[in-house]
Amino acid sequence: MSDAALLHVEGLHGWYGESHVLHGMDFDIREGEVVTLLGRNGAGKTTTLLAIMGILGKRTGSVRFAGTETVGMQPRRIARMGIAICPEERGVFSSLNVDENMMLPPRIAAGGLELDRIYELFPNLRERRRSQGTKLSGGEQQMLAIARILRTGAKLLLLDEPTEGLAPVIVQQIGRTIAALKKEGFTILLVEQNFRFAASVADRHYVVDQGRVIDMIPNAELDANIDKLHGYLGV
Amino acid sequence: MFELLGIPPQVLLGQLLLGLINGSFYAVLSLGLAVIFGLLNIINFAHGALYMMGAFVAWMLLNYVGIGYWPALILAPLIVGAFGIVLERTMLARLYHLDHLYGLLLTFGLALIIQGLFRNYYGISGLPYRIPDILSGGHNLGFMFMPNYRAWVVVASVIVCFGTWFMIEKTRLGAYLRAATENPVLVGAFGINVPLMITLTYGFGVALAGFAGVLAAPIYSVNPNMGADMIIVVFAVVVIGGMGSIMGAILTGYILGLVEGLTRVFYPEGSAVVIFVIMAIVLLIKPEGLFGRAA
Repeated sequence: MSDAALLHVEGLHGWYGESHVLHGMDFDIREGEVVTLLGRNGAGKTTTLLAIMGILGKRTGSVRFAGTETVGMQPRRIARMGIAICPEERGVFSSLNVDENMMLPPRIAAGGLELDRIYELFPNLRERRRSQGTKLSGGEQQMLAIARILRTGAKLLLLDEPTEGLAPVIVQQIGRTIAALKKEGFTILLVEQNFRFAASVADRHYVVDQGRVIDMIPNAELDANIDKLHGYLGV
Repeated sequence: MFELLGIPPQVLLGQLLLGLINGSFYAVLSLGLAVIFGLLNIINFAHGALYMMGAFVAWMLLNYVGIGYWPALILAPLIVGAFGIVLERTMLARLYHLDHLYGLLLTFGLALIIQGLFRNYYGISGLPYRIPDILSGGHNLGFMFMPNYRAWVVVASVIVCFGTWFMIEKTRLGAYLRAATENPVLVGAFGINVPLMITLTYGFGVALAGFAGVLAAPIYSVNPNMGADMIIVVFAVVVIGGMGSIMGAILTGYILGLVEGLTRVFYPEGSAVVIFVIMAIVLLIKPEGLFGRAA
């Protein structure tokens, strides 16, 4: 199984300054899968995404992408290998309009979505192409943050809590978008607090606690494990 | 002809023109400072010294190599920009993780060294640089005499300032710069080479200073202190305009030049301090600057 993995994470440790946050994360994502990291606040989910992207100050262990070790690389080289991030704070640039935000991430490989296809997925954005990035609503900003990494040709998308703080109707739209992206062949690693949302889009769930993966639950077996999961998440 | 408060119009317009010319230099210099501060978070105290260097490089090109004003207008900024890139790569790049103050101290020290070296070799008396023939002389506009070279300084600075504004605010390249100014980490995580952008931006910012230096060479005498005198005023301009805004830096430069000129007409004793008085008032009322965004 790990041979076929697009992303293989093994013994990943990570630090924010002095504080040791990741204590040996182990997990795999196969090409075309949608996988979530579930866990309580502060479990290390966001930190894991930052560590994969190379943004975290200090990390050790192994992160292999398509067979290549990336743990010593600069973020921009990791991005150029085909990983793209949609950060938790969305990172929409306020001094750029929607079009400029959209065109900012450079194309790193063939196979990204065409702009027309992206606007088909996010019709609201098309109408607001000339608006400043931060004049958009929260939902539109979230869509823009996802949309702009689709045209780059990145294969693996890291989405950090794309539903946070959004109205249910927008959450549903983002759910449909993630399903559409899976059909397009993207591989997605999703960080979520909202596990009902996670269950509606993902193939598998990794449960994270105190910087480690403590369980893996295939989505098909989620119902059978629901009590266990509630225990992990403390809900 | 009309008279205003007993001031003959020739005097008024003459001083306004002088103010506009000073304002042209303030605008080009504060623009460079604003671009550098935006992306590098460094208050480039060496800016005045690099402006002086631009004037000296033009003088050296002419007197040692025989290269005249027009090629120097391109070459001197390139040389100063390249020198800036070396400074950025070898020294400034090591300070980005520290507080602003360290960058300010380093660039202040560099300014003193650069000025000291030029003073050592060229003294402080100032070297003449001839106005290019095509721009010598002037036109009588009826109400005042307009020297051609001074008109050219205003035109050149407007072209450079608004060209830079257009490049930053309206082009793809500028979008990268604006984005990296806001969130360099994320821009890097998209696969863009931010350290290279930073280096080139510093090079460009100080090349603007070099350009201003060449423009200044035929007006002010070329001397090692010309930058030190200018930079203090330009810092006040930048504080008044607000560090964050490109257009703010440009407009504030021209406006304050004119204000200085007006003051010279109506209250000459105040002309040396008027910009600092305005700075104090702006800091009291709107500390982020006239065009700055609240932090």
